[in-house]
Amino acid sequence: MCNQTVSLAAAALETRGIATVVLQFMKDIALKVGPPRALLVPYPHGFALGRPLDAAGQIKVLKAALSLLERKDLNPPHLETYMEPLK
Amino acid sequence: MATSSELTLSVRLFLKAYRWRKIAPTPWATLQKPLAQCNLALGSSAGFVLPSQEPFDDHYKGGDPSCRWIPTETSTSDLIETHRSKSFDHDGLQTDPNLGLPLNRMRTLKENGFIGSLNHRHVSFMGSITAPGKFTAKTAPAFAQSLVEDDVDIALLVPV
Repeated sequence: MCNQTVSLAAAALETRGIATVVLQFMKDIALKVGPPRALLVPYPHGFALGRPLDAAGQIKVLKAALSLLERKDLNPPHLETYMEPLK
Repeated sequence: MATSSELTLSVRLFLKAYRWRKIAPTPWATLQKPLAQCNLALGSSAGFVLPSQEPFDDHYKGGDPSCRWIPTETSTSDLIETHRSKSFDHDGLQTDPNLGLPLNRMRTLKENGFIGSLNHRHVSFMGSITAPGKFTAKTAPAFAQSLVEDDVDIALLVPV
């Protein structure tokens, strides 16, 4: 349900002019709900940024997510896939 | 990515029958300045609370739609994860709350100049909301308006 809840929060923020990016775990749910701008991560629930205490790996995910905000070529809703698997 | 196979049969059946709330039309805000000049707020659905705050109500029918504010200077070791779902492994969040509310990682990105600033507060809510009517109609608009008044430019929202 978290996939949907963060997406609904994002919609409220976007409506008021705050650009958002949400992380998502499950592609089928992301497509059904349609968050405005999302990064699909290849990790299990509870591990949205990858491994615990892996600061470098987590920051890579965050940079990939935040970089979507600067893209001018996206059309809403946009779902990007992050490809870095857990090592 | 996560797949439904990691979920219990009862959860899979529930999700299969669930009426997902489609966001339509899609609201779309565009950046008016570089990331390096933006003020960022975080949102987390991990149900984090501080020791001084009321925990989320696990017995609220359809899921507790309330939220908590987490001050930006909060130490991640003070975050208490109260997500009610038993369908995922909580060990990661217990070991490293950054997985749900990446305060330390964002501090690094601010120090590196990747983002301009971290807002003075961030929003925490319970992700396990099956009946999101109140969350959508009241809670989310209210915290969104507060973040507008904080001059937040961008937000990152992390599910668990």
